[in-house]
Amino acid sequence: MPKDTGIGASTKRREDVRFLTGRGVYTDDLSLFGQAHAVMVRSSVAHGRIVSIDTAAAESMPGVLAVFTGEDFKDVGGNPAGWLINSRDGTPMREPKRPVLAHGKVRHVGDAYAAVIAETYAQAKDAAQVLADATVIEELPAIVDMRAAVADASNRVHDEIPDNLCFDWGWIEDNRAAVDAAMKAAPHVVTLELTNNRLVPNAMEPRASIGEYFPGTGDYKLTTTSQNPHLTRLLVCAFVMGIPENKLQVVAPDVGGGFGSKIYHYGEEALVLAAAKRLGRPVRWTAERTESFLSDAHGRDHVTKIELGCTKEGDILAIRTETLANVGAYLSNFSTATPTFLHGTLMAGPYKVPHVYVNVKTVFTNTAPVDAYRGAGRPEATYSIERVIDKMCRELGLDPFEVRRRNLLTPDQFPYTTPVGLVYDTGNYQATLDKAVELADVAGFEARRAESAKRGKLRGMGLSTWIEACGIAPSHLVGVLGSRVGLYDAATVRVNATGTISVMTGAHSHGQGHETVFPQIVAEKLGIPETSVEIVHGDTAKIPFGMGSYGSRSLAVAGSAMDRALDKIIAKGKKIAAHMLEAAEGDITFADGKFSVAGTDKAKSFGEIAFSAYVPHNYPLETLEPGLEETAFYDPANFTYPAGAYICEVEVDAETGKVDVVAFTAADDFGNVMNPLIVEGQVHGGVGQGIGQALCENTSYDENGQLLTGSYMDYAMPRADDVPFYTVDHSCATPCTHNPLGVKGCGEAGAIGSPPAVVNAVIDALHSGGHTHVTHIDMPVSPNRVWQAINA
Amino acid sequence: MQMSDTREIKAAPSDVWAAILNPDVLKECIPGCTEVTGNRDEGFEAVVTQKVGPVKATFKGAVTLSDITEGERVTISGEGKGGPAGFAKGGAVVVLEPIPEGTRLTYEVEANVGGKLAQLGSRIIDGFAKKMADEFFTRFQTAVEGPAMPEEAAQNADEGGQAPGEQKKGWFKRLIS
Repeated sequence: MPKDTGIGASTKRREDVRFLTGRGVYTDDLSLFGQAHAVMVRSSVAHGRIVSIDTAAAESMPGVLAVFTGEDFKDVGGNPAGWLINSRDGTPMREPKRPVLAHGKVRHVGDAYAAVIAETYAQAKDAAQVLADATVIEELPAIVDMRAAVADASNRVHDEIPDNLCFDWGWIEDNRAAVDAAMKAAPHVVTLELTNNRLVPNAMEPRASIGEYFPGTGDYKLTTTSQNPHLTRLLVCAFVMGIPENKLQVVAPDVGGGFGSKIYHYGEEALVLAAAKRLGRPVRWTAERTESFLSDAHGRDHVTKIELGCTKEGDILAIRTETLANVGAYLSNFSTATPTFLHGTLMAGPYKVPHVYVNVKTVFTNTAPVDAYRGAGRPEATYSIERVIDKMCRELGLDPFEVRRRNLLTPDQFPYTTPVGLVYDTGNYQATLDKAVELADVAGFEARRAESAKRGKLRGMGLSTWIEACGIAPSHLVGVLGSRVGLYDAATVRVNATGTISVMTGAHSHGQGHETVFPQIVAEKLGIPETSVEIVHGDTAKIPFGMGSYGSRSLAVAGSAMDRALDKIIAKGKKIAAHMLEAAEGDITFADGKFSVAGTDKAKSFGEIAFSAYVPHNYPLETLEPGLEETAFYDPANFTYPAGAYICEVEVDAETGKVDVVAFTAADDFGNVMNPLIVEGQVHGGVGQGIGQALCENTSYDENGQLLTGSYMDYAMPRADDVPFYTVDHSCATPCTHNPLGVKGCGEAGAIGSPPAVVNAVIDALHSGGHTHVTHIDMPVSPNRVWQAINA
Repeated sequence: MQMSDTREIKAAPSDVWAAILNPDVLKECIPGCTEVTGNRDEGFEAVVTQKVGPVKATFKGAVTLSDITEGERVTISGEGKGGPAGFAKGGAVVVLEPIPEGTRLTYEVEANVGGKLAQLGSRIIDGFAKKMADEFFTRFQTAVEGPAMPEEAAQNADEGGQAPGEQKKGWFKRLIS
């Protein structure tokens, strides 16, 4: 019997009431008295030297209040990379300064080198064009192709970095010789070269920021589209602007999606704060959609050669990869972690492969910065592994389901130490595979294929068994891996006198449904109605601390912090109950919202305890504090390891190359599920984005570094008719062993596991139609590419 | 993008050469051109208004001539700035050869766009550039040798007061002959 309240109930999302009725309050919705408008002046060339900027004409335009250029910020700090990665030879990565506004050189189309502040948006926009016309930029040859970038030392994105290389990383370098030997000794070696296509995140709400300065106190306030306001505050204060952390409040109100792109601090945030201080007025900036295309951190963009050594029976013996990863023109905050520790550490997949070595060369180019995008590194790893295994099956004539079963780790092997440095705590990969096979009716596939053939379509089935490391936290692990910050989270549970509860959480909800799920957990633990609980997030002045939401971490890390704080609330409640019931604290039990003296009928309800805490007329104040509010910080012992099996069925029209995804089955192990409805929605969204990457989306720069896909006319987002009705299951749960909720995280799963399932299905369809010369098609598997491959 | 094509023009190479270097001819022949000033030695300034897909803009730019082999070959380079629309730049190598019918004109064009033009118009920019080049050389051919269509020739003849049947001439040719 499904529950209708508390943990495991499919409570409908309370936040949807305001989102769906247009009553959400987003940054751009805020209108402040005296506000001025900022427009960024962006480079229209990919690479150029700034010869001169004549601001005079722009400054004399109607309504113009101020003009900023890179010169104004040359003495403040740069926006840093959050992870320090060392090259194979031990040298630290090259880390060029990322200024608030470009200074000296512009390094990608859309690189902001100036900003105009005016009374109205239109005035600022007009003056920005005048400023652009009065700027002389000597265009330099653009560096776009990664191979050319590392081959040609004469042309540099950053003058001080000779080979355009950020680092050359080996994981694990000490294992390299053993992996090479295993590969050499392997009876069969499969090689695949592939591209993981560059994606534009395309959150529904473009980035926006409002800066305020209060001269009376010297305080600043930044309202911004952020997935993690505390990290933004840290970066703005300690690294860029030199503002004391206690003098800046960062608020991220309703945020319309992020997918990673709003984790990072961007120059516009520092700009509006500096402008607000100079003018003594609020200064606002909202990106146009084209600005989002040009300046949001993009995702993926790997070029990989993967080799897999195996027996003729399909036992995987070794995996070796060489990857070029594009970081774009500057290092965005997570950009160095994404292609390394979020990618290389997953390159063993869910398999018992003994030898794995990963090499990643990270390359600067004259393109927008590239950073974590839903899945971040793990989709790249999963795509490489699952595609090369599929190729192995075709080369050796093996059944892809059977090959997975031979190689998947078995439940008795946990905890399992991988050859790439992770310890998987728990899982049952056979169970999710069996579940997917059952739900996808694999047995009936041939009949469906025959039916498709009657309609002239080639039907194919693709499989992907995926794993990821998420719940991004343990400080001790990420510290070893190069993180310059700790990754934990915090929550405060405030019980009000009347028994209602406010939870201040470090997680930031920008579509995830925290406002619904977190109260379910509180309600379950305290035996009170969900509606008595309010979630407060996204404001550094209100929440204790937080590292924000990304890496499928909200529930596993911030939710666990909340759980710990609830434990403290219950412990404090027992103290109060012991006083009120005149019993020993050790005799008080808490269940179903009541504090009872064990073995008696003496009890106080949660509400009575709460009221007493704030009306402590007869408290023994030496031993019992008034109030009922607790804070907990939670830093887990390990990552969490969600895993699953995805089966995709496609129909290909061989005449046109058009691919239709006709069925998609996802059987996932997310550990304990707090709200099945929301989890299903997260899987739908993730798989939708994965299908988008596999079939539609591609970010294209021409050889001059001009972005050719700068709008929805040219950048193909998946639409409703590109995706099927999904079959989603998460019943094969092995609870996470180290967090109190036993949860693993589900936000990125769909985007990680689905692209190889789609492409494997397309290859299967083409082979079934006799097009066996097609061994690989790079994403997006567009009609043009499929047709070209068929007719090659 | 790159394009190349060949045209046979019924006029002597010296006439074709003179036309190429004439700002009035360029103004007539560049689609959307409203102004051309300057000369072959110091270069030309041109103003062109064009609509590329969703982007309409007025481009102001400089055109320079280089690698000149008198009467035979010239490289034309230009860059136009279109304000918020971005920029377009390119070059054309034009080669003239005498043939019995007159002149064979061969051109190789390389064109690039940047900014909004690239972001919004890239799907159509190749077709657009080809159309621009076609139109330019068609107009140029017309200007030098006269209209290709008999009806058009007749109309021109009426306007010009020429008797029907008289050998048709392009306006430029009439100007210099």
